[in-house]
Amino acid sequence: MEPSQNKSSSLWQTLFGHPIRAFGVVSLLFLISLAIAPAKNHFSEWRHYQKQYLVLIRGRGDAITLQRHLQPGIQQIWLPELGVVDRCTSCHVGLKEASLADVTTQPFRRHPVIPHTIDQFGCVMCHRGQGAATTVEEAHSSTLAWEEPLLPARYVESSCGQCHRVPLTGTPQLNLGRQLLARNGCVHCHTVKLPDGTTMKATDDPPSLVHIADKTTREWIYAWLKDPAAYAVSATMPNFKLSDDDARDISAFLIANSTPLPGDTAPVAATQKAPDPTAGASLYGESFCASCHAVQNAAGNLVGGDVGPELTRVGSKVKPEWLQVWLRNERIYDPPTEMPHYRFNEQQVALLRTFLLNKTDSDLLANVRLDAATPEQIAHGKTLVTEYGCASCHEVGGIKKPENFAPELTRIGSKPVAQLIFLPGMQHTLPDYIAAKIRNPRSFGSALKMPQYTFAPSQVDALTTALLSLTERARTLPAALAVPAPSASTYQPAGRAGQLMADLGCFSCHAINGRGGDMAPDLTWEGSSVQRPWLAEFLKNPNTLRPALIRRMPRFNLSDGEINELTNYIMTVYQSPAIDRDSMPLSGYPAAQVEQGRQLFYSKYACQSCHIVDTKTDKGYIGPTLTQVGSRLTPAWIYSWLKNPQALRPGTIEPNRNMSDEDARALTAYLATLKSSGKPGTKVARLEARP
Amino acid sequence: MTRLITISVIAFSIALTGCARKTASAGGPKPTAWGAAIVESSGGKQAGAVGSLLEQPVVVQVNDEQGTAIPGAPVEFSGPSGVSFDPPSGLTDSSGQFTTNVMLGGMAGRYQITATTLTKAQKRVDLKLEEIALGYQEQLGFQLNDKYCARCHNPESSPERVSNYDNLEVKPHAFTEGDTLNKMSDADLTAIISHGGPALSKSPWMPPYGYTLSKSDIQALIAYIRMVSDPPYQASGTVYAQK
Ligand code: HEC
Repeated sequence: MEPSQNKSSSLWQTLFGHPIRAFGVVSLLFLISLAIAPAKNHFSEWRHYQKQYLVLIRGRGDAITLQRHLQPGIQQIWLPELGVVDRCTSCHVGLKEASLADVTTQPFRRHPVIPHTIDQFGCVMCHRGQGAATTVEEAHSSTLAWEEPLLPARYVESSCGQCHRVPLTGTPQLNLGRQLLARNGCVHCHTVKLPDGTTMKATDDPPSLVHIADKTTREWIYAWLKDPAAYAVSATMPNFKLSDDDARDISAFLIANSTPLPGDTAPVAATQKAPDPTAGASLYGESFCASCHAVQNAAGNLVGGDVGPELTRVGSKVKPEWLQVWLRNERIYDPPTEMPHYRFNEQQVALLRTFLLNKTDSDLLANVRLDAATPEQIAHGKTLVTEYGCASCHEVGGIKKPENFAPELTRIGSKPVAQLIFLPGMQHTLPDYIAAKIRNPRSFGSALKMPQYTFAPSQVDALTTALLSLTERARTLPAALAVPAPSASTYQPAGRAGQLMADLGCFSCHAINGRGGDMAPDLTWEGSSVQRPWLAEFLKNPNTLRPALIRRMPRFNLSDGEINELTNYIMTVYQSPAIDRDSMPLSGYPAAQVEQGRQLFYSKYACQSCHIVDTKTDKGYIGPTLTQVGSRLTPAWIYSWLKNPQALRPGTIEPNRNMSDEDARALTAYLATLKSSGKPGTKVARLEARP
Repeated sequence: MTRLITISVIAFSIALTGCARKTASAGGPKPTAWGAAIVESSGGKQAGAVGSLLEQPVVVQVNDEQGTAIPGAPVEFSGPSGVSFDPPSGLTDSSGQFTTNVMLGGMAGRYQITATTLTKAQKRVDLKLEEIALGYQEQLGFQLNDKYCARCHNPESSPERVSNYDNLEVKPHAFTEGDTLNKMSDADLTAIISHGGPALSKSPWMPPYGYTLSKSDIQALIAYIRMVSDPPYQASGTVYAQK
């Protein structure tokens, strides 16, 4: 150390000992410092990549064009109204070059084809990262806590969701994530305000617990609370990981708090002799209960729909007295239920009740031993119900729905990493944080209340994507960029027919004027489409038009008066203004035109590839069977449909053939002759028997 | 001089540790058996969105010379950068199989992944598999195919959807059949999809979609068809093989 100190002091002497020499040295240092910036610039990464790019394109056929496109120096996309200052194109120089499709080295790949241009939106709108940075490290993986690193490709659909509120065909993961957020009740506890000012709504319908003691036992509640998936693998209620004592006390409170509802139970006559169990199974099948309710088969797979609850172990849950009334008329217990009122006769009710009560699982309640509840337990149960926010989802007598029970997620997609607490071993990024929270919320602290869901990895990714779309940016974008979802329809059919449609739960499967499910055809223009006698007969005795479908319209055992009421309403109200149903006759078309239509059907348009007219020769399975279409549809509808199917039913897969008026008229004439021979439905019924 | 020696010693030891990590990378439990061959059981040639987890896991099997499955043999997966495996390595189970979940890389294209086992003589035996990552356009094409085309073009049925393939008098090709589809130019594909079979003097059983789908939809379908064709369409080929 000593000598070097001496050396430096003597260096000082030689350099600055003399004023002129000192001046010279200072000027030199000044000059060097002036040169630092240009030198840094000269050795910068973007310059290096631009040089590499020139090497890359040198041998290509269109090298001259490519070179002309390349502008040397730092490039910038500046979009003030979006807050975008992106210099990514300084290194990613080939993004817009379609001819570089075969190049796979970064940063020179052409941008994959998307519906937007880079000049329109820049880069960070979709990919995040630091647009203004000019080094690879800073642009991609900013380590500063308040800045955003690049968004991993698996979540990139979240960026589409900043503007697009309607589900896009190209963003399946985002669409699924949004659906899961609504369907799994996340938004019961977490408020999500959308940029358009609305609040995200849940689409599940957790049952009211006000009269729960009429429906089930305390033992079942206990088992369910401990592990909902043990009762139903498809349960959407998450697991709260309750201790035995807590589950005991909550079940004690819910039973004690339940009030009886007059008329929702009825004694099961002891004299009734046990009905034939196979008859119950066939009635369950014929009523197409499986369109909405799933049951686990022997292999453990769920078979059936997910509109209603899973019924695999329903016999271990419901009380026979309650089930009896529910099967007679479920609206006594739950007026707004989506389940149709089937109007079963007493014998059918008994068949189904017995069939369902046999679906038990002896393991479920085997170890549940509950002593009579003490007042302390009941009081503690009430405290727990409040603490866990049960009333966020369920109606509980005497407990108000809590406001903002869980943190609001309106801006979760922009949450700064500095505000997050990570677990050891976790990557410090927002997507990783969100995914870990969804996967295993209590791992962030045992005192946390968020329950445990059982999501598949792809569902976690989808949920994370949907949450990442909730950004600050989405809220500040120019309003003109937003592609809002159509506002939810509150359409309500009027009068007695409207009441009947509510009672039958038509909207659970069919949509009308924008409201309703998509399991069955849209009925908005049904009155223009079908012929009255067919509709009346169909309501009485529905037969499927599509043998390949497993979900079908059930028979509701309607009275003639009810059928008349519904038919009148549909025929008068659900009329398309674009179709005059009387503009073409039901029959009487010239034989030559009919024959022309038949040939068009089989040769020019090959309709038999998807439709069946002659059950002996035609096999097409995709579209509805047309064996009796002349008795079912009005010729005016057939004609308009052939001319432009999507105009009548947006999104239908029937292709628009751009048919001439003459062809469409001839085909209509041919199809109009395909009448049912005798009783409608017989032919179709035979079809159904095919494998 | 002493400096030089120190530096070379350090460099050497770094190189050594690097090597050491490589040979020990099988990690985990010690192999109890060795095979002679490694074959695919399932999971190759899947298509998923870029960066996504493939729907089905990849399952490989280690066999001996006679083709008998070998439990307890080491298997290690590797792939181009961006692809990840969970778990990346381990031993074959009691039926001689090893299962891993594959997460695709962030760029669209065909990814070649490699499953490796070791023989008794510590010789590497590789199995190369290919997985396909769909970019936005191909993903859109996949969705449109699923809605409009698959019922005729995919012979496989599911309980939710019965295939119409068997009902067709003229049989279409699955979009993976590169031998046929690669011979068709983009213009050919656009023509038959837009105007139906007769546009290429084929059967009208192939309907026209030019008045139902937009131009960009049809381009997306073609991009999808090109991406999944087997053998690969020359313009795409395998994009990401291991360096
Ligand atoms: C109704 C059934 C059906 C539907 C739906 C259908 N196709 Fe086809 N397609 C066919 C048939 C049959 C052929 C064979 C025609 C021939 O070889 O004469 C075909 C042929 C083709 C071919 C030529 C290669 C081949 O397989 O022979 C392409 C490309 C094609 N279809 C694309 C599509 C696309 C894209 C869609 C969806 C938008 C679609 N098809 C929907 C039935 C269908």
